[in-house]
Amino acid sequence: MPLATTSQHSSYQNKVASSRATSEPVWIRWSLIGIVLLFLSLFLLVPLAAVFTEALRKGFDTYITALTDPDALSSIKLTLIAAAIAVPLNLVFGVAAAWAIAKFEFRGKSILITLIDLPFAVSPVIAGLIYVLIFGMQGWVGSTLIDHDLKVIFAIPGIVLATVFVTFPFVARELIPLMQAQGKDEEEAGLVLGASGWQILWRITLPNVKWGLLYGVILTNARAMGEFGAVSVVSGHIRGMTNTMPLHVEILYNEYNYAAAFAVASLLALLALVTLALKTFVEWQVARNASSHEKSFN
Amino acid sequence: MSIEIRNIRKNFGSFSALNDVSLDVPSGELVALLGPSGCGKTTLLRIIAGLETPDSGSIHFYGEDATARQVREREVGFVFQHYALFRHMTVFENVAFGLRVRPKETRPSDAEIKRRVHELLELVQLDWLADRYPPQLSGGQRQRIALARALAVEPKVLLLDEPFGALDAKVRKELRRWLRRLHDELHITSIFVTHDQEEALEVADRVVVINKGQIEQVGSPQEVYDHPVSPFVYQFLGNVNQFQSHIHEGEAKIGDVGLKLDAHHDTQNSSALAFVRPHEIEIYKERHGDSAAFEADVHYINAIGPLVRLELKIANKVELIEAELTQARFRELGLTQGEHVFIYPRNVRVFLDGQHTGGYIQQI
Repeated sequence: MPLATTSQHSSYQNKVASSRATSEPVWIRWSLIGIVLLFLSLFLLVPLAAVFTEALRKGFDTYITALTDPDALSSIKLTLIAAAIAVPLNLVFGVAAAWAIAKFEFRGKSILITLIDLPFAVSPVIAGLIYVLIFGMQGWVGSTLIDHDLKVIFAIPGIVLATVFVTFPFVARELIPLMQAQGKDEEEAGLVLGASGWQILWRITLPNVKWGLLYGVILTNARAMGEFGAVSVVSGHIRGMTNTMPLHVEILYNEYNYAAAFAVASLLALLALVTLALKTFVEWQVARNASSHEKSFN
Repeated sequence: MSIEIRNIRKNFGSFSALNDVSLDVPSGELVALLGPSGCGKTTLLRIIAGLETPDSGSIHFYGEDATARQVREREVGFVFQHYALFRHMTVFENVAFGLRVRPKETRPSDAEIKRRVHELLELVQLDWLADRYPPQLSGGQRQRIALARALAVEPKVLLLDEPFGALDAKVRKELRRWLRRLHDELHITSIFVTHDQEEALEVADRVVVINKGQIEQVGSPQEVYDHPVSPFVYQFLGNVNQFQSHIHEGEAKIGDVGLKLDAHHDTQNSSALAFVRPHEIEIYKERHGDSAAFEADVHYINAIGPLVRLELKIANKVELIEAELTQARFRELGLTQGEHVFIYPRNVRVFLDGQHTGGYIQQI
């Protein structure tokens, strides 16, 4: 999944005034656009088309059979479970962290910001290994857990933990700059008007960042469903039990079952397309809000 | 409601924002906290609101200690410099906010909220904007909505932080007259912060001049303008010419000109600051009587408006002296640029170094 990027609101500011004085000659513009298009088609469009052609090469029936295979269904289910747990958790965490960082001054704030970024800095494989070291059979608490009949590694909890870890920064990273830019005047106004902390959060802070929040959730979800490295380490690749969709694709591919591998991969690709469409929609909404805000009189 | 501020201190790190500030605000008054930026006036206002906590000292509302009271329980209305309107709510919802967040027992019915909000919007003359969003309003409109929102919760005290600071000059002037009228109508105890002396002198019942975290002077606009108690207040309120001078037995020497004072008769050889307001300077083309005069050249003339502003240059001095004449007097004199004139200060006020009271002379 080509979605492991942090958005920097680049497209929020895409309204560049076009004037002849600041623009380049025609040939430069077209060659730049041409290079970008060539690059995009080579590295994004061709592979995307390949995924769908390969998936449908042996006909639509084989495609459906590959997707309704019990192991495939179980991997889809597990992926959905992992995302369904990781997304809400990181939503709550992200809002709390962004709120604390943007609206309050406290000791260790920069350390907290660094910690939030940690999952971006650490290789996902290392992230998976950390959990193996802690919860694995030879790990710090692994044997205690097993004594109590709790399995984390090579089981669903491990996969969820790894997914939560790698998707940790998305919501917080999205909200912090937004909340910092908005300042805390409105919150203070709410406070003076008699609102409680909860009321301020629900009626003032969250509505003000709703599009940024949705954007963060979309990115979190995309990454949660597409994560391979960290999940691969903790999963144990037990078919029908601990395989997520990306892991299932790998197994099928290694077994030379190309049609089935590409069929499952096409689902992930579809998810990516849906995510992109949603992301574009949210950005369009944000831009529309911003431009309606510019219609002020002064 | 009366507000008493007792020995408030507040430090931000090593910076002392407020240093032992005490102040009484009588019920129903409109008081201006006036001072340069960074003098601590906004910090004081935020401490009264409860948005900041003082390091020591106390705040009393109506005789009751309110220092430990939460912001929400202080029943203050606060108007922010940049309005702080809720941008995702309509004007109506902004004004209704304070009523809607009340606990169920004290929350008015929807119909009642609607009635109250429209009443307030009529008070600020913006009822027709009820369905707009804040970004669609002009600065002056936003500030009036912010005021309506603050008044919706029926505060006992109204606090305004540089309420007109972000507006252009014309709107600012309109709005501050409007605020004065509104205050005369509502009689709610109000404190507003400003760095604009004209605004403070025009709007307030009383002016509190603050400098470097301390109160310099409290008084009616007339008092602080006519009888400044310190060099700072003198300089901060209105234009003023400042001279280094030397006081000896009732005479102030500025350069080699000696001016007779009606005070400081026993003072021996001390240095002092002398102040003369531009409109308290008489100008003649010839020597006039026996009084001491400065000789100067007319450096620049600005004759736009009801007053003519002159810049005068005393020989061998770098600083220019500012003087203001009426158009009639200016025509009578028929001054031109570069002309040699005699300057007679009509009213000089001197402050001995390290002292706050000054004597002055009246000549001519």
